[in-house]
Amino acid sequence: MAEVDIRNFNINFGPQHPAAHGVLRLVLELDGEVVERVDPHIGLLHRGTEKLIEHKTYLQAMPYFDRLDYVAPMNQEHAFCLAIEKLLGLEVPRRASLIRVLYSEIGRVLSHLLNVTTQALDVGAFTPSLWGFEEREKLMVFYERACGARMHAAYFRPGGVHQDIPQKLIDDIGAWCEPFLKVVDDIEGLLTDNRIFKQRNVDIGIIPLEECWAWGFSGVMVRGSGAAWDLRRSQPYECYDEMEFEIPVGKNCDNYDRYLIRVLEMRESVKIMQQCIAKLSVPAGQGPVNSADGKAVPPKRGEMKRSMEALIHHFKLYTEGFKVPAGEVYCAVEAPKGEFGVYLVSDGSNKPYRCKLRAPGFSHLQAMDHMCRGHMLADVGAVLGSMDIVFGEVDR
Amino acid sequence: MIDVQSLNDLKSYLEESLADDLDHAEIAFDELNIEVGPSQIVRVLRALRDDVQTRFISLIDICGVDYPERKDRFDVVYHLMSPQNNQRIRIRIRTDEVNPVPSVVEVFPAADWFEREAYDLYGILFTGHPDLRRLLTDYGFEGHPLRKDFPLTGFTEVRYDDEQKRVVYEPVSLRQEFRNFDFLSPWEGTDYVLPGDEKETKAN
Repeated sequence: MAEVDIRNFNINFGPQHPAAHGVLRLVLELDGEVVERVDPHIGLLHRGTEKLIEHKTYLQAMPYFDRLDYVAPMNQEHAFCLAIEKLLGLEVPRRASLIRVLYSEIGRVLSHLLNVTTQALDVGAFTPSLWGFEEREKLMVFYERACGARMHAAYFRPGGVHQDIPQKLIDDIGAWCEPFLKVVDDIEGLLTDNRIFKQRNVDIGIIPLEECWAWGFSGVMVRGSGAAWDLRRSQPYECYDEMEFEIPVGKNCDNYDRYLIRVLEMRESVKIMQQCIAKLSVPAGQGPVNSADGKAVPPKRGEMKRSMEALIHHFKLYTEGFKVPAGEVYCAVEAPKGEFGVYLVSDGSNKPYRCKLRAPGFSHLQAMDHMCRGHMLADVGAVLGSMDIVFGEVDR
Repeated sequence: MIDVQSLNDLKSYLEESLADDLDHAEIAFDELNIEVGPSQIVRVLRALRDDVQTRFISLIDICGVDYPERKDRFDVVYHLMSPQNNQRIRIRIRTDEVNPVPSVVEVFPAADWFEREAYDLYGILFTGHPDLRRLLTDYGFEGHPLRKDFPLTGFTEVRYDDEQKRVVYEPVSLRQEFRNFDFLSPWEGTDYVLPGDEKETKAN
């Protein structure tokens, strides 16, 4: 064959590809089987969340956050609540804080379970996802028992959480923890020393720490490259400063280290959950689950039957909503995928003037080209899987 | 928690080191905001990144904010983080629809998509950006949806046309007019005329 006939080959990966984790379209330029260039086309799930939030009151905007990273819904709500609370100067009661931490960690386990097992699915292992989904289902029942919805919870509210959770639920979550560690052992038994899994992930998608920072990575992506950076520890919010947990750190900067970190983080999350459960079950952990500020938090149903003022507050809060003092804040939480931040600009009215959602997956995905260059075509799926992309938050 | 003392130190340090480039610096809600001119943004970000005292090596976010009543209607807001000092900073520049802002892709590769997003949603132009295409909106989309004067419903809608066997774009037709209720309490001073108020001025 004459030399002029050799040219690079362009293929479309997705948007209907099962390994695209949703609706990602990748335009790949291939030289043989080696990836020369990756051009991710995103926005196929763009719903204009930020625009919609500008047209809703603060409370009405809350459910949109469940629909960002729909794998761990409450973690997103958390960032929004923290931003509103910072502007309003609201104090969250201790019990609400503990419940929030408990459910944030459930969200982390939900997300990591899905990611670890689907990453395995991407490289050819089918069983872990079936085992993982069984546990996810149990966790979603805990979501449902707290707020009535399996996924789109709208449970965290400015000033606390929507409703208190019964002791039976706390006990049941406690009873779930120990057997779950056994399931993690089982999943690890399938993957950690699995020859195929290691061949597909070890030394794939290496990214050094300096590049991680420059590309705006966070969460597991920087921890996999050797930084002990976790917002729960370095910039603690809620009551994370009284929790004891380890921060797993990788040193090889590759897919396999990120997998190991996610598995270890699930174990650490269970540790935090157990501490929350212990603290929630003692008398010191009892009390209100919502701030007493009647101008931002709706009154109890029982109070409304007796108090005229409570009735007025209820009516005003669900029509006009509460007004937030003018100003701007940025609040970030350590979501399972990395730093999820909310940049909230208030003009003093009852609606956010601007609400920018800083999704961790957005920064990670834009480095696809950087990370996949020179890899084989088959590695694209593995790298994508280890980045933990969910399109709800990337496209917003 | 956020260390207010170190934030004050950082503020006074920046006022010294960036002296000429810095237009304004303030601490609000325990966060440091600085304002610079659009032409200085690349130099300021590079200084913040490379200065051993600050080391803001992580670009968290770039976004636009629209204030249509202002002469320079857009704010471009940069959020940086310094893992070494555990600090955050917000840098703001002002621009309008026609005056482009220098791109910071050469300083932070992460700026690429954030700038494309700001261009897509606000129409903010960036000079020196390698590939300023639309990012989030549809292929062939027109307009900049996050501008305050862009309607929530948009201008076009899509549906599958069974006769043409393809997806077609049509102007939005609403069965019912879009209703944007204003629940702001009239007792706390609205900025519009309430029905009936005009009679009072007539009587005078």
